[in-house]
Amino acid sequence: MSIETENKKIEEEMREVARNLLREKKVNVVIGYTKGTVPLSSTPIIITSENNVDKLIWNNLCYVNLAKYLVPRIPQLIDPEKGDLKVGIVSKGCVGRALVHLSVENQINLKNVKMIGIPCNGIINRKRIEKEIGEKEILELFTSDQDIVVKGKDFEAKYSYDEYINELCKVCKVKSPPKIVDFKDSCLGECQEVKSVDDNFTDVVEFESKATQDKWSYIKEALQSCTRCYACREACPMCYCNLCFVDQNKPIWFEKTTEISDILSFHLIRAMHLAGRCVACGACSSVCPVGIDLNLITRKLEKIVKERFDFISGIDSNKMPPMMDYNMNDREEFMLEE
Amino acid sequence: MVTQTKQNKNLEETWEPKILAFLCNWCSYAGADLAGVSRIQYPPSIRVVRVPCSGRVSPYFIIKGIMDGWDGVIVSGCHPGDCHYLTGNLVARRRFAILKELLEFFGIEPGRVNFMWASAAEGERFANLIKKATRIVKKLGPNTKFSKKW
Repeated sequence: MSIETENKKIEEEMREVARNLLREKKVNVVIGYTKGTVPLSSTPIIITSENNVDKLIWNNLCYVNLAKYLVPRIPQLIDPEKGDLKVGIVSKGCVGRALVHLSVENQINLKNVKMIGIPCNGIINRKRIEKEIGEKEILELFTSDQDIVVKGKDFEAKYSYDEYINELCKVCKVKSPPKIVDFKDSCLGECQEVKSVDDNFTDVVEFESKATQDKWSYIKEALQSCTRCYACREACPMCYCNLCFVDQNKPIWFEKTTEISDILSFHLIRAMHLAGRCVACGACSSVCPVGIDLNLITRKLEKIVKERFDFISGIDSNKMPPMMDYNMNDREEFMLEE
Repeated sequence: MVTQTKQNKNLEETWEPKILAFLCNWCSYAGADLAGVSRIQYPPSIRVVRVPCSGRVSPYFIIKGIMDGWDGVIVSGCHPGDCHYLTGNLVARRRFAILKELLEFFGIEPGRVNFMWASAAEGERFANLIKKATRIVKKLGPNTKFSKKW
């Protein structure tokens, strides 16, 4: 099946489920994707009436992780008379994982959430395509068969679909939201049962085998252009602290310069915070205005928690995340011994 | 020119690392005290910060320490199971494991950051571990990679 027909099918099923939900008043709002204002984009939309359901779309540019919209950074007051807002949310695999993990962290109540599950078929890496096309303006982008076709004023280019999707999507094993034992009816549409995820992390192992100096120069090169606009933080569904450590000014953990040590300490601590929580949606890389690829760090975090604590975020709603838990028998080969 | 190289060489030989040490109040701080009153010699390279528990040590402290130009950071706490607050060091251990792997992944020498357990009765062990940590950091040389230049 070509990607276009697949997308059409997903889109129709998604609209059908959303329409039913709104008609039967099971949800107050549906959060989904709609066409963006510029080519190569799609924006989130909040729909409250079933007449507008046709605005919902699905294509391979829907990179935003919609779970972000359910965790307001400053908790809003809930009207006790009206009760909790019931939300339907268009969920690809990583949105589903984010929702499950957020409920493990007690940030949302899955009772009020209906996942409209869709089998995601990968998100196009637009940063890479934009980079390769260069200064020219892209007017249109669509998929045909197994290719991505990019059209501009006086050029047309073709890219292989399998090659030009996000690095994380290439290794993604959870394409549609995971089924949850406790909230059986919270997932509608396409959902998959995920027991465990097999992954051999070849890409991370390859990087790890490099010499320390090579790793340092690679990381330095990759992160040097970071202006610390914190778009990655804003897009991340797991970043919901009321006061983020970058905004703290007593003490100031790192200064606001573009020196490499300041940049690195931000990325190091960001990585620390996401260990065992990151759901590998790749939203952080997709929104980066200077095109930094954070996927490698993301993958490394997944590898650490998988190997050390045998944990995969957002799969099981009953398992404690490693950083909220402790165990007497953890490995401690890194400790200094006589 | 000759004198300058000689001086540099001398500097290298006599260079002593400065290490920031976070010691937990109940075990390692007392252990360091015991090493002191027992007159066990260990390198004068560490500067001690007393913390209530090794679980109090946030990765921020360690990263900021390296960024501020310390050549190394040591965190020492009670042995697993002996924590005054029951599980503080177990929680800390998970954090340290991830931090250490991440530092290695970023290409910052992981030897700069060392974690150890030393109880209040282990003055000798404390001195030995400090000796070992100082040796490791000394081998790595001054912290120029990650420290702030301006």
